[in-house]
Amino acid sequence: MPVLEISNLAKTFGGLKAVNNFSLSLDEGEIVGLIGPNGAGKTTVFNLITGLYKPTAGTIHFCEEDITGLPPFKISQRGIARTFQNIRLFKGNTVLDNVRAVFHPRIKYNFFDALLRTPRYNAEEAKVTREALELLEALNLAHRANEKAANLAYGDQRRLEIARALATHPKLLLLDEPAAGMNPAEVKRMVELVRYIKERFKLTILLIEHQMGMVMNLCERLVVMDFGQIIATGTPLEIRNNPVVLEAYLGKGATVA
Amino acid sequence: MEHFLEQVLNGLQLGLMYALIALGYTMVYGVVQLINFAHGDVFMVGAFLGYFGFAVWGLPLPVAILTAMVACALLGVIIERVAYRPLRYAPKIAALISAIGVSLFLEYFSSLKFVFGPNYRVVPRPFPEVHWNIAGLSVSNIQVIVFVVVLFMLILLQILIYRTKTGMAMRTVAVDHNAARLMGVNVDTTISITFAIGSAFAALGGVLYAIAYPQIHPFMGIMPGLKAFTAAVLGGIGIIPGAVLGALIMGQVETLTSAYISSQMRDAIAFAILILVLLFRPTGLLGRTETEKV
Amino acid sequence: MKLSRNTFFYFAGAVFFFALVKAMQFSGMLTPYWQLVLDQALIIVIGALGLSIIYGFTGQFSLGHAAFYGLGAYTAGALDKVYGNGNMLFFFLSLLTGAAVAGLVALLIGLPILRLRSDYLGIATLGFGIIVRVGMENGNKLFPVLGGATGMSGTPQVAHFDLIFILTLIVILLVRNFIFSTYGRACTSIREDEIAADVMGIDTTRYKVMAFVLGCALAGLAGGIYAHRYPFLHPASFDFLKSFDFLLIVVLGGLGSMTGTIVTAVGWVFLLEVLRVVLGQNFIDWRGVIYALILVVSIIVRPQGLFSGKELRLLIPDHLKMLTGKEHTHAGSGN
Repeated sequence: MPVLEISNLAKTFGGLKAVNNFSLSLDEGEIVGLIGPNGAGKTTVFNLITGLYKPTAGTIHFCEEDITGLPPFKISQRGIARTFQNIRLFKGNTVLDNVRAVFHPRIKYNFFDALLRTPRYNAEEAKVTREALELLEALNLAHRANEKAANLAYGDQRRLEIARALATHPKLLLLDEPAAGMNPAEVKRMVELVRYIKERFKLTILLIEHQMGMVMNLCERLVVMDFGQIIATGTPLEIRNNPVVLEAYLGKGATVA
Repeated sequence: MEHFLEQVLNGLQLGLMYALIALGYTMVYGVVQLINFAHGDVFMVGAFLGYFGFAVWGLPLPVAILTAMVACALLGVIIERVAYRPLRYAPKIAALISAIGVSLFLEYFSSLKFVFGPNYRVVPRPFPEVHWNIAGLSVSNIQVIVFVVVLFMLILLQILIYRTKTGMAMRTVAVDHNAARLMGVNVDTTISITFAIGSAFAALGGVLYAIAYPQIHPFMGIMPGLKAFTAAVLGGIGIIPGAVLGALIMGQVETLTSAYISSQMRDAIAFAILILVLLFRPTGLLGRTETEKV
Repeated sequence: MKLSRNTFFYFAGAVFFFALVKAMQFSGMLTPYWQLVLDQALIIVIGALGLSIIYGFTGQFSLGHAAFYGLGAYTAGALDKVYGNGNMLFFFLSLLTGAAVAGLVALLIGLPILRLRSDYLGIATLGFGIIVRVGMENGNKLFPVLGGATGMSGTPQVAHFDLIFILTLIVILLVRNFIFSTYGRACTSIREDEIAADVMGIDTTRYKVMAFVLGCALAGLAGGIYAHRYPFLHPASFDFLKSFDFLLIVVLGGLGSMTGTIVTAVGWVFLLEVLRVVLGQNFIDWRGVIYALILVVSIIVRPQGLFSGKELRLLIPDHLKMLTGKEHTHAGSGN
């Protein structure tokens, strides 16, 4: 059973076809890479899946349920989480609260429990805090729990974004250039991290990345986009030798490692 | 019907004066993204200086107007330098609070006995008011003067912004301070110039306002300032034709509401229209809808 | 429900403050004039905490807060004037009704306008405030009891320091509990990044409206108390200049800090009165000038406000510190 089933998705911005005739199916437990030159429409696909943009045409099914056109928060609550290309943390809040905030839809106390701090509130807060700290522990951020997110180093911010995404208990995780701006050693650690969270949280992952080392290492399958359309799909090896892909990248300055 | 058209003319007069104030709001918002709440009070200072010029010091009217404009331009530059520049890269709200402080300062300082004094003053007409009967419509010389002067200033501003280097600098700063700096634009000077022009326009508006509605006092700038600002938002803040369009609409709404519904409801209806427009066009009539890049 | 350690200290501090005020009352140090100033300060604390929720914690810019303060004042005042007779039950009922009316109006206006962003939202709320003021000035045409542009008097003056103090304590506790719950975290995440909050499963519209309704209801509650402490209500007391007062209290206190809002609200009310006394009759005209200068200088010296994102320990729930081992702050400066 496919976790995600996108068919004939299209999005136009005032005549510009940012995404066109885009179809993709992800099976449970897969890691699929979405690659392509800058401006190919990869992030737009993420924005469509997470509901930030309403598609012009096409449908998106998640676990056999039609989620096309749902608002972002409902899509998130069904089990799709993402990170952002330009990190979007709750910068002024603490690391811990960045994670705890997104437990919100699954909190089991109500408004009056909160105002009166009933035992149910206390128990649930303790549980949420514990779980959030466990997540931070898993991503090696627990020691920074009380730090303002804005004060974290760049790499830590990237990992905090992943921790926050995991806290929504997703089945499908969309990573938008998680290794952007990282050096080879950091990229290697990121590869390990993605593998680790995939196993531990039983995730299906769709990954946008320009660091070919990362994509080739991690992904079982690659989807290549150019000008809003899929121009090739296949294993990393097939993609590496695909003349159409090479043509799309030539002269664009992207690294094909 | 004549009555209606006369009301439209009155509305046009009011709207054109709002436009002079609204331009200052919108230009300043364009370059520093600040709601300059003190702008209405610069308008007040302009009205007082104009009044002192022609009624107390006996200057010829054009000289009195020019004096008020130059003095207010200077005042605008000083306000920006002292109260806003230190906060330019602080959270936006800080500069807004500072603007509220400056506004209160101008109002209370002007109310001091040795400045303008706390009382209402009646402004003598610098020239006798004449009414002409044109095709059954009563048109006053004041209306004609307001119309001609404001139109002239609008054309002047248009030339300044689109035909001069200063104007180009202003448009560049409006887009991005850092990029402007990299292109060799002196951002500080350009912002100062913007405040100077906006304040001079407000001063002109103030003098015209004092001539048309001949009563002035230190708190007279609050409501016209607020209305003009609303007009700027209505048209799409930061957009110069938007400010004029919004001001003209505001003038008509106010005048027609006073004439046909109730003068007490005037402000309520004006702001209800603003809210309704924003609900359908969240960035004003001529504003571009900006979608945040994700 | 057992009392946490900080809540205990909170109440201990409150009892101490209360005893201090009582001692000053009995020794005659606290004149009726300064008593009125103190009561006013507490009322402003309640109203300002409302705006703190809306703007400081949720990031929704409102320039119309005083309108809700006024709605509460007029509703509670008129109800008690017509039906009450100094009866305490009626006092509390009228307070709750005032808060409920303010909250209900906030819900009706908030649902459509909270889609607007920053300055546009500010100007829409400011416009709404002006509409409410026009309504107050003409309200007597529908309900003569409201008095219209000449103001309203006749509400039983039953609110006094003891009652106001207890109400303020309760409000502070409830606001603290709200902020340090999942609802508060939903609000601050909206303030920090609305799009990210939405994508992370938080129903942003719902919590923006919730914060707005709660905050405005607190303003309404404050207004209701005001109506029972000041015998004369006038539309001019609730116009946009009053909204600016609430705004500058919240901003100068530091966005995202209850402590800051409380301290600044009290300080601000006393500053105005102290200036009056210090300047005396001869220089009273300078009061507005000096006040304005203080405002400009303080925001330039401390643009992030007094306590941006920080709280006194008294206002922080215990279990967080036990789990994380360190002092907890929960927010930063909003933009």
